[in-house]
Amino acid sequence: MPALFATCREVGPVTIIDLSGKISLGEGSALLRRTIRELLETGQTRILLNLGDVNYIDSSGIGELVSGFTAVRNRNGELKLLNLTKKVNDLLQITKLFTVFDVYTDEGTAVRSYL
Amino acid sequence: MTPEAKHLEVILDTHVESVNLAEEMCLRVAEAVGFDEDECYRIGMSVREGVINAFHYGNQERPEKKIHLAVDLTQEKMIIHVMDEGRGFRLEDVPDPLAQENLLSTSGRGIFLMRTFMDEFHVVPGRTGGAELIMSKKIPSAGGNSRNGNHGDSKPDAAPKQEA
Repeated sequence: MPALFATCREVGPVTIIDLSGKISLGEGSALLRRTIRELLETGQTRILLNLGDVNYIDSSGIGELVSGFTAVRNRNGELKLLNLTKKVNDLLQITKLFTVFDVYTDEGTAVRSYL
Repeated sequence: MTPEAKHLEVILDTHVESVNLAEEMCLRVAEAVGFDEDECYRIGMSVREGVINAFHYGNQERPEKKIHLAVDLTQEKMIIHVMDEGRGFRLEDVPDPLAQENLLSTSGRGIFLMRTFMDEFHVVPGRTGGAELIMSKKIPSAGGNSRNGNHGDSKPDAAPKQEA
């Protein structure tokens, strides 16, 4: 069974990537990287990662989130986070990445923040 | 399993799958000696990060090299050793991932997570010439609360960023 599932959907000008599973060394991190890069190649630079069903991220996954954030920003876009689980929330706090990412708990609010 | 002195040792291939294997093995031991779900998560994550470190930085992902994982159970602690066959490193040379200039680094958080999640963490020269990571956590039945447990002092100090 794959470590991570990713599904993309459009809400207005924003592409939401619904993620489910583990973002960890190997397949999970690679899928996230590929999904973000493919969106960037098609010109989509307003990306919202829905992490509501992601219950585990290791340092490799954290690195991938940061890599995605930087790649999107380098295209003058924005990558934001939605619906963090407690474990992911705690991890972003102790690594101080809460000071880097815009994090939302409501999809509508998150989408409107891009406008 | 009772927390009397016990020793478990496995030699793992330098392969991504070894990360999951090591985590799974240590999680079973941690559960068996009575760590709660949150502590098991912290131990599992620390083992995972230790083996990732050995796989990637120590052994440079070279398949002919091995990763040595050992678990010691004493009356008081679960002690985990992760040893690689690389060239070793000094803890003081590892950049601080919380420094402003490193926040956007895509790597370098594994050591920090191990130090945060475990009660004790050391790096010593291993008998294989590489680095040996030694980390431990107090076993709940040994009395008192683990330093980095639910009642410990590892609560995140950064306030969550507010929604826009």
